[in-house]
Amino acid sequence: MSDDPFFTVAVAMFAGAIRVSTPFLFVSLGECLTEKSGRINLGLEGTLVFGAMSAYAISYLSGSPWLGVAAAGCSGAVFGALHGFICKLPKVNDIAIGIALMLFGSGLAFFFGKSFIQPTAPRLSAIDFGFLTSNPQMKVALQINPLFFVGLVAALALWWALRNTRFGLVVRMTGDSAATARAMGTSVDLVRFLATTIGGFSAGIGGAFLSLYYPGSWNEGLSSGQGLMAVALVIFSRWNPIACVAAALLFGAAGALGPALQSVGISQGYHFFNAAPHILTLAIMIASTSPKRSLKGAPGELSITK
Amino acid sequence: MTASAAATLAPIPALGVETIGMTKIFGPLVALEDVSIRVEPGTLHALLGENGAGKSTLVKCMMGFYQPTRGEMRVDGHEALVKNPRDAMRLKLGMVYQHFTLVPSLTAAENLIVSRPDCPAVIDWRAETRTLEAFMATMPFWVPLDVPVASLSAGEKQKLEILKQLYLDRRFVILDEPTSVLTPDEADEMLGLLKGMTTRGELTILMITHKFREVTAYADAVSILRRGRLVGGGRVGEISVAEMARAMIGDTEIRERSARAVHEARPTVLELAALYASDDAGLPALTSVDLKVKAGEIVGIAGVSGNGQSALIEVLSGQRDLDDGRIFVHGQPFEPVRDEMDRLKVFSLQEEPLRNSAVPRMSVAENMALRTFDKPPISSLGWWLSPHPMREAARELIARYRVKTPSTDTPIENLSGGNVQRAVLARELSGDVDVLIVANPCFGLDFASVAEIRTQIMEQRNRGAAVLLVSEDLDEILELADRVAVMSGGRITLMSPIGETDRASIGHAMAGGH
Repeated sequence: MSDDPFFTVAVAMFAGAIRVSTPFLFVSLGECLTEKSGRINLGLEGTLVFGAMSAYAISYLSGSPWLGVAAAGCSGAVFGALHGFICKLPKVNDIAIGIALMLFGSGLAFFFGKSFIQPTAPRLSAIDFGFLTSNPQMKVALQINPLFFVGLVAALALWWALRNTRFGLVVRMTGDSAATARAMGTSVDLVRFLATTIGGFSAGIGGAFLSLYYPGSWNEGLSSGQGLMAVALVIFSRWNPIACVAAALLFGAAGALGPALQSVGISQGYHFFNAAPHILTLAIMIASTSPKRSLKGAPGELSITK
Repeated sequence: MTASAAATLAPIPALGVETIGMTKIFGPLVALEDVSIRVEPGTLHALLGENGAGKSTLVKCMMGFYQPTRGEMRVDGHEALVKNPRDAMRLKLGMVYQHFTLVPSLTAAENLIVSRPDCPAVIDWRAETRTLEAFMATMPFWVPLDVPVASLSAGEKQKLEILKQLYLDRRFVILDEPTSVLTPDEADEMLGLLKGMTTRGELTILMITHKFREVTAYADAVSILRRGRLVGGGRVGEISVAEMARAMIGDTEIRERSARAVHEARPTVLELAALYASDDAGLPALTSVDLKVKAGEIVGIAGVSGNGQSALIEVLSGQRDLDDGRIFVHGQPFEPVRDEMDRLKVFSLQEEPLRNSAVPRMSVAENMALRTFDKPPISSLGWWLSPHPMREAARELIARYRVKTPSTDTPIENLSGGNVQRAVLARELSGDVDVLIVANPCFGLDFASVAEIRTQIMEQRNRGAAVLLVSEDLDEILELADRVAVMSGGRITLMSPIGETDRASIGHAMAGGH
């Protein structure tokens, strides 16, 4: 059974789905919260790259990968806070600021990260669920990274918080009707600032995964647009954190398709299969939207739906 | 025993509010000048006035959105300082806005909870639901609690807004035109219930309105504003409708209405055959709409907003695709594109003209030329535009339709609402009109503009144009239309010549009855 190429591809895609989905998950959860408050932060790509760099650097300098994760989160929060602060100035467009911060974050990461390309930093160790199976391929696939579980818990917590806490209701109110929020004496700018900051924190942690677990080193081509795809992913999971998990897994599985096929000797069209997540993004966006309908579930204050 | 006498005997929860010499100046504009009104506790007080008379400035000063330049406010006889909406909340003053302040994606229960100043950090939904249900049981009207507000009807939203004020224990509530989105029956039901609450001393209401019928039927007292000043008022019953109208309008000259010319039988010009269309969420907005409009006839479409009228207008003006059905003009199939509108002489006056029929940042002259810029004399060779004849044509239209604008090159968005509507009217009516599609043409305009615009519509009818008039203002339809159609839930539920129906049966059809 272990020699069945179909089984091999399936196992590889399963492992890949969990591995590749983790950064998507963190970025999309962060973006989900930000968009729920009525703003779009396209800068999360830059936050992701900067988070990856800072996690790697701190892990290398301190010897503790978890300290690296914390550093990535904090640097992400700073980027989020910067976006949130600039957007509250008059006549500022959140999308333009997002693009500027995307370039700024990547550029800053490349600048500070030059000296960390060579050295090897301590990485996050996987949690081994191999004891659940006797199949050697499955044993490898069940080496699951701890951040994936953190992401799952975060998704559940966000889903719960958006319904059952004051903060969640206020965020949703601000994202759906700023006028209402103001009439109730809520500071729209403050809510959005906080949501963007927390969103940046989450995206930074996604970056830590890239440099500290998979691929597990720091270089300038690390992200390849995953931060941007996560934004698309939020739209097609209709601003629902639980759906974000499913969407991230789907994108992860698509991303693992190329390497999985290569592992059973199908190298034809390798680059084409590697582009699967991008093609999937495009296909899903076309299939799930319509020129005649407005997006269902979209926060009313988003500049793309207004 | 009067309400104030009752207050001295046994304290009632309703609050009395008084403004003294309230004045608000915005730069060069005096929006409110020395307005003193007194709202007795446990009464329903009406605030009458035209658009721009200062009603909303006054209530915004009372609610702390604006700081009055001069003047003070008293709540229950004590001087009250309201610096922001939070202060107003603390004093148990509340307001229901004309534009709903409910969050569409939140459920009614979530909207109520989040509006509470002491909303708990973590919400125990089981306990809160029990409390909310107990609260609802004591209320005169009921709204489903667990569906998103977006799926409630306009009437239910309005009720929920009022419930929210009561849930928050507000004892003085300002209602801004609360019945504008309700059917006449719903309006009567709601005002009756609110009147009951004020009579029992549970609540004091200050209601902004411009419907005299509501004032005479439900209000205890009335104050009338014009151009920022208090120009009249008193107890209802002691002041006649004619006196109220005179105080509200002042000595503005109102254009004489055109008489309705009597026509012989005329051919059908506009025919809608089984129109189907969907709204933005993909749900049916129009279902099997059939309608014929003859030459020299105004067909009025009545209905509460959100029952498919705007979808119908959008379909006829090319802003929304048809799912099924055909439109015919003079028996020829009509696609709402510019060329065919031009060929078949179809024109339209849309609601919110600045959004639907003008380009806000283009000049008045350019906006007036939107139908003619590609024809001589403005255009030569079909592509070369000359600004001179464009300005020339605009100057003529500005004079003929009395548009008040500093120049032909002023961006149209700088004009007042009435003048934007007149400019669009000038563009649409200056040519030879066979079909005229009109939607809420007088919304938010002052009496003089309203009279002007209604006269123009009537003149087009008398000239022989087929006019389709969609209006949320039933009085407008009763005044102008030859036949009335009522839309409810995307269907036409009633079709009748104007002389053979009345307010009651139209209201019944608006609520979906056949």
